[in-house]
Amino acid sequence: MKLSEIRDILDARVIVGEDKLDLEITTAFGADLMSDVLAFARSGCLLITGLSNPQAVRTAYALDIAAILVCRGKSLTDKFIEIAKELGIPILWTRYIMFESCGKLFQEGVTGCIRKANEVEDKHIA
Amino acid sequence: MPDDDYLESLEGSYYVQGRDFVDAGIVSSEIKKSLKEKGMPEDIIRKVAVITFEAEINIISYAEQGTIQMFIRPDAITIEANDVGPGIEDIELALQEGYSTADESIREMGFGAGMGLSNIKKFSDVFELTSEIGKGTHLKSVVKLNGQ
Repeated sequence: MKLSEIRDILDARVIVGEDKLDLEITTAFGADLMSDVLAFARSGCLLITGLSNPQAVRTAYALDIAAILVCRGKSLTDKFIEIAKELGIPILWTRYIMFESCGKLFQEGVTGCIRKANEVEDKHIA
Repeated sequence: MPDDDYLESLEGSYYVQGRDFVDAGIVSSEIKKSLKEKGMPEDIIRKVAVITFEAEINIISYAEQGTIQMFIRPDAITIEANDVGPGIEDIELALQEGYSTADESIREMGFGAGMGLSNIKKFSDVFELTSEIGKGTHLKSVVKLNGQ
């Protein structure tokens, strides 16, 4: 689905990336732990997180993650927004908790970027 | 000793300050940008970006200071991370997923889950980690360019 549909489903605000709302998202990964995002997330997915610090944006950038959805209404710093703009990562912001955010998107057809951790030994980032 | 060809293939050298949590990840972002400009394949760039990000977070989290160097040769990209710090007592243990000595400030940043070193190893084609207690740690990671 398009990023604009994700915005509508989650009553989200577009903080960065008004011009990228046509971006197609089919998969997502939800975590607050960037260590796990770096280990398990895949390029092109939506990152759903309650961590709103610069490292979340830099993690997304390292992995070519399509966009970040900040959940639980976490407050955003100017630095976070500035780095997201600089690195070209769209940021959506919602008050829904992570479980609700994931559930609503899953119901509409967005799936996990992987289903289980370490199911297949894979040396490549797909 | 590395040969002259290898030393001449140094593409960039970046200083990393220990405990500088604000700018954590900036070196990895810079390295990624420079590889994009060179038109490197996307999967290679992602591997190098993750490896350098984890290495950078490790230096910031545990060392006083360090450097991250990137060498580019026709067949491979090599990342070397050297730090001045306490070193790693038990490397085998440090490589175990889930083992971590991270403090609260590292966890607040979203790291310290004990995934960093195993993650670097996972994305490397060649991985070497050596350490001297009380002096520092040396990491070498090679990502091959020929699709192996």
